[in-house]
Amino acid sequence: MSVIEAIDLRRTYRTTTGVLRRRPLEVEAVRGISFAVEQGELFGLLGPNGAGKTTTIKMLITLLLPTSGEARVLGHDVVTHAREVRKRIGYVFGGDRGLYERLSAYDNLRYFAELYGVSGKAQRLRIDEVLELVGLRGREQERVEGYSRGMRQRLHIARGILHDPEVVFLDEPTIGVDPIGARELRQTISGLIDSGKTVLLTTHYMFEADALCHRIAVIAKGRIVGTGTPKELKAGVAEGRVTEIDVFGVDEATVDRLRALDGVIAVTVEERDQKQVLVVQTSGERELTAPLLAELDGVEVGRVASREPSLEDAYVALVGAA
Amino acid sequence: MSALRIIRTGFLTNLKMLGTSSFFLLTSIVQPVIFATVAFYMFRSGGRSGTLLYAALGAGMMGVWSTTLFGSGGMIQWQRWQGTLELGVGAPPSMALIYLPFSLANAFTGMYALAATLIWGRLVFGVPLHLVHPWLFALALPATVISLGLMGLVLASTFVLYRYANALSNLLEYPVWIASGLVFSTSLLPVWTRPISYLLPPYWGILALRHAALGGEVWRPLALVTLLGLASAAVSVVAFRWFEHAARARATLSLT
Repeated sequence: MSVIEAIDLRRTYRTTTGVLRRRPLEVEAVRGISFAVEQGELFGLLGPNGAGKTTTIKMLITLLLPTSGEARVLGHDVVTHAREVRKRIGYVFGGDRGLYERLSAYDNLRYFAELYGVSGKAQRLRIDEVLELVGLRGREQERVEGYSRGMRQRLHIARGILHDPEVVFLDEPTIGVDPIGARELRQTISGLIDSGKTVLLTTHYMFEADALCHRIAVIAKGRIVGTGTPKELKAGVAEGRVTEIDVFGVDEATVDRLRALDGVIAVTVEERDQKQVLVVQTSGERELTAPLLAELDGVEVGRVASREPSLEDAYVALVGAA
Repeated sequence: MSALRIIRTGFLTNLKMLGTSSFFLLTSIVQPVIFATVAFYMFRSGGRSGTLLYAALGAGMMGVWSTTLFGSGGMIQWQRWQGTLELGVGAPPSMALIYLPFSLANAFTGMYALAATLIWGRLVFGVPLHLVHPWLFALALPATVISLGLMGLVLASTFVLYRYANALSNLLEYPVWIASGLVFSTSLLPVWTRPISYLLPPYWGILALRHAALGGEVWRPLALVTLLGLASAAVSVVAFRWFEHAARARATLSLT
């Protein structure tokens, strides 16, 4: 039995639009997602903003009801046995919110320890243990409102694993955290796997998914567009090549012409200071540098480089094709 | 045992949070004094003897109700803004159990309103604080405050589903003061309002407190305020369960 199972999971949000004449509006956030996560695995849901990652995770942790489909965590249905699921999981959302600001970190943890049934005697020991694990020992008596983003995020993780759950859901845990803080958080997440937990992580940071995840599902527009180990995903585009071209002031019409070239899989434009970098993924069947440069006639071109595809390229190819 | 621990920790946690809110403290300290002053002048101009303590208790209970109403009503909204509502819903205990101690703490701080009103009345207006049945008063006070807290919990449950239900709480302050006889006797109201008054815990609570302080039958209103409190608890358990399910379906637990 898989630890987490999602079977054709769908979620539609119903809202209204307009002020005087209100019209119903339906947004399909998740459109039939299926995947399974095994014991001790760190599984990543990778996708751009609005792809349906958070909606999926919220259905799995029982905060949202699926519109259709099924999901089970440790064999318990997330709709009909929500309480059983809640007892056995921990979850962490990225961002500033989700803590009692006017309380100290210790009081926050103490309150949640009580909610999750961490008994009186074990409580103090366990709180000390998680504070040590996330590196907040010595700062626990300070009010959370004075904490930096990184400290809050670490406190979120401490809260999420306080009751020693079997499964941990992490929704963009490093979002907005500085590079050093994010690296420390990633070490903490690795530590969770070392201690035998099963982790489902959502992120849109490629290197994070590459460094941490055993397997990844790439999600775009509410659908899974690719699944596999980071190596397998990279292999999916390994036969191709990536050409990076520095340009100055390229317009959308020119980019569209590049996309239309035979052998081009995807083109993305990255803004870097005064210049733009065109990242062109090609099938690799033939050399396309000359045709690409021909299409850029009239555009100021700088450096041109060719390289092997990375996980980011695999991700761009999958999301771009969705 | 575990439920009792959750209630105790939740109660103390909320008291700590309320104690660090300058807005809450300022409102709680100033509002009862204003209510008391207005009530004393109103009743003094009536010129009837023995009505000052009657007015003091009514004004004090107005403060208790206001604190409970805004505390309990705002509690869910504030948790949603803070992002902690989802954590409460996603925790194993029932929502009613998680938010009961918060509601009780709100009502408990409302007791300050009653105490402040009586002390203000004694010091500034010379209201005698002689109680006819002091022990029954000591019994009626916590029973009333707890019942009000439980009534607040029923209101709080609606906030789980409706993001802007605070409009409801703003509407309920004055009608409950009037229908419960906190400002003046309900005998002055139209007869059709009586059933509404009878369903409100503050109606029986203030009756029990006034009878304990000024003389009269205490046990019946005391029993009824307790009964209505228990009924509120039962309603809130069902309401929280229903509203939680509906909120998960409609996605109203978070702001986004």
